[in-house]
Amino acid sequence: MMPVVALLQLTGPTTEPGFGFWLAATVVKLVAIFTVYMLGAALLTLAERKISAWMQDRHGPNRVGKGWLQPIADGVKNFVKEETYPDAANLPIFILAPVISFIPALVTWAVIPFAAPWGSRWGIVEMVLAPLPIGFLFILAISSLGVYGIVLAGWSSNNKYALLGSVRSTAQMVSYEIAMGMATIPVLLLAGNVSLSKIVNQQAFETWNVINLTVAFFIFLVAAFAETNRLPFDLPEAESELITGYHTEYSAMKFSLFFIAEYCNMITASALMATLFFGGWDIPFTLWDNLAPHTGIKTLLTLGAFATKTMFFLFLFMWIRWTLPRFRYDQLMSLGWKFMLPLALGYIVAIASLIVTLQFLGFAQGSWPFHLGLAMLNVVAVIVLFMILDRGRIISPASSRLDQRDIARLRAVSARPRTPLLPETGD
Amino acid sequence: MTHNDLPLFYVFHFYFFGIVAVASAIAFVTRKSPVAAALWLVNTMFCLAAMYVLLDAEFIGAIQVLVYAGAIMVVFLFVIMLLNLGHASDLADARGMWWKLAAGLVGLALLAQVFAVTRARLPEALVLPEKALAQEFARTGAIAPLAGPLFNEYLLAFEVTSVLLLTAVVGAVVLGKRKERVRAQ
Repeated sequence: MMPVVALLQLTGPTTEPGFGFWLAATVVKLVAIFTVYMLGAALLTLAERKISAWMQDRHGPNRVGKGWLQPIADGVKNFVKEETYPDAANLPIFILAPVISFIPALVTWAVIPFAAPWGSRWGIVEMVLAPLPIGFLFILAISSLGVYGIVLAGWSSNNKYALLGSVRSTAQMVSYEIAMGMATIPVLLLAGNVSLSKIVNQQAFETWNVINLTVAFFIFLVAAFAETNRLPFDLPEAESELITGYHTEYSAMKFSLFFIAEYCNMITASALMATLFFGGWDIPFTLWDNLAPHTGIKTLLTLGAFATKTMFFLFLFMWIRWTLPRFRYDQLMSLGWKFMLPLALGYIVAIASLIVTLQFLGFAQGSWPFHLGLAMLNVVAVIVLFMILDRGRIISPASSRLDQRDIARLRAVSARPRTPLLPETGD
Repeated sequence: MTHNDLPLFYVFHFYFFGIVAVASAIAFVTRKSPVAAALWLVNTMFCLAAMYVLLDAEFIGAIQVLVYAGAIMVVFLFVIMLLNLGHASDLADARGMWWKLAAGLVGLALLAQVFAVTRARLPEALVLPEKALAQEFARTGAIAPLAGPLFNEYLLAFEVTSVLLLTAVVGAVVLGKRKERVRAQ
């Protein structure tokens, strides 16, 4: 309950709830979060298909209840389908694996604050399930367990494609976890705390971290894609190479659990990006929502702000999935270890030095020159990163890499009449 | 919520995680299959992390899960899977009768020590005042009480430990490289 007390001191005097009310509120929050989470994951499968259809100029699912009931139809199908077990599988671990990958995805949500506290008649209700003092570290710790599900699924299936997928995923997730942790250290430096409620408050009263720490946000974004095994980093699945990777041998609801876990991880990663870098439930340009009295309206509006930010990142996940092609495995590894990790380490040093320098010059944290200084450093760093290191690969069009001679040669190749690959035989 | 607010809650969870941790540890040393043994070890680590949290050491608990269960054991499992040590029944027991006996005796001695420590009264200097930790957490957050001594009083020891870890990393790279050279010749 410590963060609650701290928040009360910050936001003005209100009563702390009694134990009975606290318990009731916690149970209600638990049920509500679980329901919203599961419904959200189901609707995300629909959203993914609809958005991909929109991007590819086709209709997408439009039969079952005009498409809206498609997730329910999928769910029913997965429940009634036959479960198959491979002969050579290690059965206990084979059954355990989807559960292990599903539960961490669910548990991480517990520490994310999703709205402003609600000052009810019976006491103040913190809009987070478990306001742990270690906040962000809890998320890092629990999400690092999710990899077990994938590893064990691949190993226990006794299938070489599944094993290859799980080996890839272990290496990938362990590598990018480091970059992810390193990218959040500047956030913790600014907040002076690891509790997510404190991080949200610090951003609300000062500036959103995306302005203060833009580079850290981009590192975190890339790491989040790798951690959730989403394109362009979906090498553990890589349909064209590994059938579907680690869940090749799974069927029915067990297969579905891996998918639900993937979407839950996406929701958590999106909520985390909103919380760490985009002010969490803070409504921008106003402090009205952060100060007492905490009314129900404020709670609802901040919940809306948080949902909007999270949904934007969920859309970003899908947008990128249907836009970028898959990385090659060595590219993925060298990006993680040779680029992101040194960049994150260097960035920590740069930010820490700048904070110390600005404080030495007499600009306290919270004053505008302090945040202007941080923002300027980030503008410079982002320009350097995107323009110079890009080397004409991502931002500029693909043709900029070629000189005029190459383009002329390629045009000549495509203009040539096609010759059949195999000589046509008479029969 | 501190220990005094919910005694039954704490007692129940202490025994629950304690029993699961000990049972998992026994399963870890008795399982023949390397993967099953590794998984039981992960379970033990996880229960130990829960014990740390019960002791108000949430940071240590989180780091325990993050480092041991989430990183070291994953790499361990990775190696076991890739080496593919063969079927459990093919793996011979590396230790003889005397080793088992000695290990059992050491285990009994440690158990006796634990019982002796629980009977003994702690010196006053080692006991924190009531709710001192909770007040410290409320004032500075969960990490500052640990980070303060680590980066001020014990900075030299901390940095020397990091050199030790660096040595281990360099050693691993050197060993890996040497194998490569032998294969190339």
